[in-house]
Amino acid sequence: MNDHNHILHDHEHDGIDRRGFLKCMAWAGTGVLWTVTGGVLVSRTLAQIAKLDPSSLAATDLSFLQISDSHIGFSKEANKDVTETFKIALDRINALPAPPSFLIHTGDITQLSKPEEFDTFDQLAKGCRTKDIFFVPGEHDVLNDGGKIYRDRYLKSVEAKGSGWYSFNKNGLHFIGLVNVLNLEAGGLGQLGDDQLEWLQADLKDLPSETPVVVFAHIPLWTVYPQWGWGTSDSERALSYLKRFGSVTVLNGHIHQVLQKVEGNITFHTAMSTAFPQPAPGAAASPGPLKVPAEKLRSMLGLTSVHYKQGNSSLAVIDSNLSQPKI
Amino acid sequence: MITFIRQNMKALLLTMLIVLKVLLAASGNEMAHDSARAGGETNKIEIRDFMFNPPTITVKSGQTITWINRDEEPHTIVSVGKKFQKSSALDTDQQFSITAGAPGIYEYFCSVHPKMTGTIVVEQ
Repeated sequence: MNDHNHILHDHEHDGIDRRGFLKCMAWAGTGVLWTVTGGVLVSRTLAQIAKLDPSSLAATDLSFLQISDSHIGFSKEANKDVTETFKIALDRINALPAPPSFLIHTGDITQLSKPEEFDTFDQLAKGCRTKDIFFVPGEHDVLNDGGKIYRDRYLKSVEAKGSGWYSFNKNGLHFIGLVNVLNLEAGGLGQLGDDQLEWLQADLKDLPSETPVVVFAHIPLWTVYPQWGWGTSDSERALSYLKRFGSVTVLNGHIHQVLQKVEGNITFHTAMSTAFPQPAPGAAASPGPLKVPAEKLRSMLGLTSVHYKQGNSSLAVIDSNLSQPKI
Repeated sequence: MITFIRQNMKALLLTMLIVLKVLLAASGNEMAHDSARAGGETNKIEIRDFMFNPPTITVKSGQTITWINRDEEPHTIVSVGKKFQKSSALDTDQQFSITAGAPGIYEYFCSVHPKMTGTIVVEQ
């Protein structure tokens, strides 16, 4: 077993060495598969999963997959066909040896909140073998109506409160979908608001501390780069309610690149987009879509890594970095 | 002949615009959304790289202010304190105009990217 309190590359359970990680997926159409084995969350990129022995997946308790920032309707230079790259993502999900139990979409389903963009997304999503998708909205999904269309379409299978937050339980894990893209204030960051925070506190109140908790929201719940608005102003209060839990995993989108941070028992992770990349924090004049040469678009190099810590037990870390045009 | 009519129409339109402008200046309580996109004096604010440029603009009451989005991201114009009508989401190269109303200082921001803020100073 690995020493505790050390960040380790998990060579042992995924059957993939570091070189394998470096050959991982194209950025376009990426997703991250999360598996829970013995209460420990581990992430793998889809390309890695495709190479896995199905029996190794069967041994897990639960697997789910995060996709993000599909931006259906975007047609600018950074990617003139986001529908195609979203389809590639779905193809890869469908090609998995064992389908994930469900998907989590961490927002920016559409580019401009247009009904026809939502229609296109829904039509494409029907082609996914995994039917259950849990959503949280991105700011692009609530542009003109405060999120009404979004809520009408994507919250049917959950008991949503307020502007659309909810929680549910799966296989002993507690999942919480939060909304941090509405009622934003001038000069500020993403925001949860008092109503949602009070609900969160009550939602967690009677939950045993040993329950693994997965929180997902669009804008990062940690301060990635406030100059670009990449953070949530009142996330500290939310995190204070989560601190007592032995295992908390926070999944976000919004920044179209993989970044992660570990703070105590809380692991923060942002996912790549299926539409276009964005620059690293501060690496460009603005966080606008990053244009790369067409031949590089689908082989845009990415990074996926996850830490998970359960009490003082081992810490599993999987890095994936860069990709090849063909997997 | 056609040219003559066009010129006449142009003169008529100009007259109408001047009348409209005077009326708006006279009413002067609120900033009005200028859907006609007319106005003699147009003050342009360009949105580029997630910034309003210029970030502060000084106009006279009755003048038109027009924002144009040069980013590939949608942006909005929303008044702090709802002092004037907000825009819908502006896609690339889309514009939004208002007519400056009562003198004062009007703060605004992009509700999609609230770090983006700007100020309109309206003078008499």
